[in-house]
Amino acid sequence: MILNRWFGTRPAQLRALTAVPLAALIFAIITTLSGPAHAMKIQTIKSPGGIEAWLVEEHAVPMMAMRFAFEGGSSQDPTGNEGLANFLSAMLDEGAADLKSREFQERMEEISMRMRYEDSKDAFYGNFETLTANRDEAAKLLKLALNNPRFDTDAVERIRQQLQAALAYAARNPEKVALNEWYAIAFEGHPYARPSAGTQETVAKITGDDLEGYRKRTFAKDTLKVVAVGDINAEQLGALLDEVFGDLPATADLIAVSKTSPVAGGRQKVVEMSVPQSVAVFGLGAMERKDPDFIPTFVLNHILGGGGFASKLMEEVREKRGLAYSVYTYVYPYQHTSIFSGSVATRNEAIGESLDVIREEFKQMAENGPTQTELDNAKKYLIGSYPLRFDTNAKIASQLLGLRMDDFGPEYIDNRNDMMAAVTLDDVKRVAKRLLDTDDLIVTIVGKPTLQEGKEG
Amino acid sequence: MHKLGYCRLSTPSMALLMMLVSTLQTVPAQAQTRASEFTLSNGMQVVVIPDHRAPVVTHMVWYKVGAADEPKGVSGIAHFLEHLMFKSTEKIAIGEFSKIISRLGGQDNAFTGQDATSYHQRIAKERLGTLMEMEADRMVNLRLTENEVLMERNVIMEERRARIENNPTALLDEQMAATLYRSHPYGIPVIGWGHEMKKLSREDAMRFYKHYYAPNNSILVVAGDVTTEEVKKLAEETYGKIPANPDVNHRERPTEPPYIAARRLEYKDPRAGNASFHRYYVAPSYVTAEPGEAEALDLLFKIVAGGATSRLYKKLVVDEKIAATCGGDYAGWGLDSGAVSIYAVAADGVGLDDIEAKVDEVLDDVRANGVTAAELERAKKTFLADYIYDSDNQARLARRYGWALTVGRSVNDIESWPDAMSKVTLEDVQKAAAKYLDIRRSVTGWLLPEAAHGRGDGGKKVKQPAVHTRS
Repeated sequence: MILNRWFGTRPAQLRALTAVPLAALIFAIITTLSGPAHAMKIQTIKSPGGIEAWLVEEHAVPMMAMRFAFEGGSSQDPTGNEGLANFLSAMLDEGAADLKSREFQERMEEISMRMRYEDSKDAFYGNFETLTANRDEAAKLLKLALNNPRFDTDAVERIRQQLQAALAYAARNPEKVALNEWYAIAFEGHPYARPSAGTQETVAKITGDDLEGYRKRTFAKDTLKVVAVGDINAEQLGALLDEVFGDLPATADLIAVSKTSPVAGGRQKVVEMSVPQSVAVFGLGAMERKDPDFIPTFVLNHILGGGGFASKLMEEVREKRGLAYSVYTYVYPYQHTSIFSGSVATRNEAIGESLDVIREEFKQMAENGPTQTELDNAKKYLIGSYPLRFDTNAKIASQLLGLRMDDFGPEYIDNRNDMMAAVTLDDVKRVAKRLLDTDDLIVTIVGKPTLQEGKEG
Repeated sequence: MHKLGYCRLSTPSMALLMMLVSTLQTVPAQAQTRASEFTLSNGMQVVVIPDHRAPVVTHMVWYKVGAADEPKGVSGIAHFLEHLMFKSTEKIAIGEFSKIISRLGGQDNAFTGQDATSYHQRIAKERLGTLMEMEADRMVNLRLTENEVLMERNVIMEERRARIENNPTALLDEQMAATLYRSHPYGIPVIGWGHEMKKLSREDAMRFYKHYYAPNNSILVVAGDVTTEEVKKLAEETYGKIPANPDVNHRERPTEPPYIAARRLEYKDPRAGNASFHRYYVAPSYVTAEPGEAEALDLLFKIVAGGATSRLYKKLVVDEKIAATCGGDYAGWGLDSGAVSIYAVAADGVGLDDIEAKVDEVLDDVRANGVTAAELERAKKTFLADYIYDSDNQARLARRYGWALTVGRSVNDIESWPDAMSKVTLEDVQKAAAKYLDIRRSVTGWLLPEAAHGRGDGGKKVKQPAVHTRS
């Protein structure tokens, strides 16, 4: 076993700050921009069949990575069918067309192709990698997986068992339970409240027809976003896009999802679980991705809880008081809402103290904001570390897809550090005041916490 | 998604650590990662891995010391010291190390294993010199106050709760490792036993630091947009100025007695989810194996337990439908020993005795008959392709070289790995299976979602209830 000094989940930092649907031109390079990696040039292309994509050519390693997404994700699961998108994400290498599950998987191995899927609340993501030598064959398999998956009964049952075992395991994982409870409370009545993986009951009922129904409704060209990085040129990518995605329907048939915000007024819920350490998830509503205050919020997050050992919460909760191994926050813009959230884990007797410290830091920050030095230090990191997000093909692909999902153009990458640099102390003070109202804080705690009376609610 | 719960090798890509770069026919010249190495006059080894795609570098210092080098009764001190290394020196104020790196636009962290302790940063290449100055400084100038030590001890206790005590599979794993090794310290958890961690002191940490942290007991690895000459100059100006420590401790660890009895244990925990089956066998590592044996074990375990095309998955999950999922791995990076691990999560209503019987059927078959030529070819292809995919990531490359050199392997060992892999024959694989999948070398663990009651079973065979409960 290897122990790292610390870990944290900061999804907001995994999404690059991001990009704009592209002008329709015939197969042609529309723009070329150089990014933070000195040699990186982003080409925006359109295939002969009309599919748009971003491409970064990088021929040093004989492989390519392609990331793509269809709008939808688990918020498109029909009521009573919760867990459907997640189920589908595990089914697309379980056989397609004439190839049954095992044949399909062996074929993937023979050509060293990598293909996996995951769902978020807003989208269904695909991740495809192939060695240059096997690219054509790999594209054919990918096409089959997306267009003609089999959903054989025995494969569906096998994956159902796995998903149910995973749910049983997650039901006893304090972190997972705390997170699910948080969304259930924050977004009650909205699709975001539902657990993406579903429940034992809903997963038990999902059928092959349900899976095919979801696929048909959501896998479509109008909501598809694609990026590719690696050993492939624009013309080759155009042909690959048409091969893989060309036969999908033109438009998706999506259930409308309304805008929402986390419930106001503050909530605290304790779920009893017999573990020595309680896990708490805390959070509230935040600025949307396109809000002018989003970038200052991103900087604020870094200062407060997103910056690892440089953050206030790490300093106060871990370094000064030894209350936790891990404490962090993140700002995460969804398509229909945005949240500022975080987590801490502390022994049952002291979780109340950890949460008190966190509330106090929220209040301090809302009242006084950070110091000029704290702001300068945060900006130095956020600006100086931007190139670290672009040093592998896989990471470049993830960054670019993040930009596309947020409807930004490739020029975002060139402008991003200027936007960070322009953030002033007043900006951060303003967003701190607007954001960090502890009266609205929603807290879920899983464990056997000893909490003082009067601290709840 | 398909793999859930517990996995002994929880660190991503650990299975690939020992595999490395080199002359694959399909790899064009520029993708052949070629490391260069040299040694400073004080004995510090240096490895440079060029990657000029982005203007960034990965910098790592590896100490040839880990949890398995701890004195008896002081378990956890290697990892505790790793945390304390971020406190202060004369030049760096308390808690400032990571903050300075952050202001430079860099990211830093550290990790501890049984055989190695590593400190690493990723940063824009212009900042490399500053970074090396700071890392060299804390190699010998660490300062610790009593209060810092006490606060950080609370942090590692919380870390133990988060990683181990909140997690039934981790608790079983700890018990199984302690049973697998009878004399060798690999049986003691890296994070330490809780009752010993509680007593760790400033003196324990400083003693360990003085014994092991020295240029002649460490390896510098720099990957990224730099040349060997640049790194050499910077290394001489920083690490090169620290005198060698002639009294640095050398690893002398107890060795294992012969394996004559299979061991088994069960752990009951109502938090466990589905019942699950686990087994470890002691096997050689790349360091201790006869030539070709470790490569054969890697291939064997890919075929037997790696993913949805493996024999165990086919038998237990696809054909018999008695397991929800299963898998396994060969961990070949240890200095003194390797291990293979297998797990299977029971399907609803299936007893672990049924699971165990089918696992043994699969293993007995490969012990007797080996694997097929098609399986071996597919497994080789997967490993060699993984190598190409992995050469996309400079941090991962730095980690491979660092780890290998820390346990005494050479750059050449690493870079000739694909060759060695491609030479493995069907006979080699079958021999490895017959020799190492010997039940006497093993520990079997059952994790049951039940309340522990403390009563003996009166000599009756332990039976799992046919139906398990879910919350």
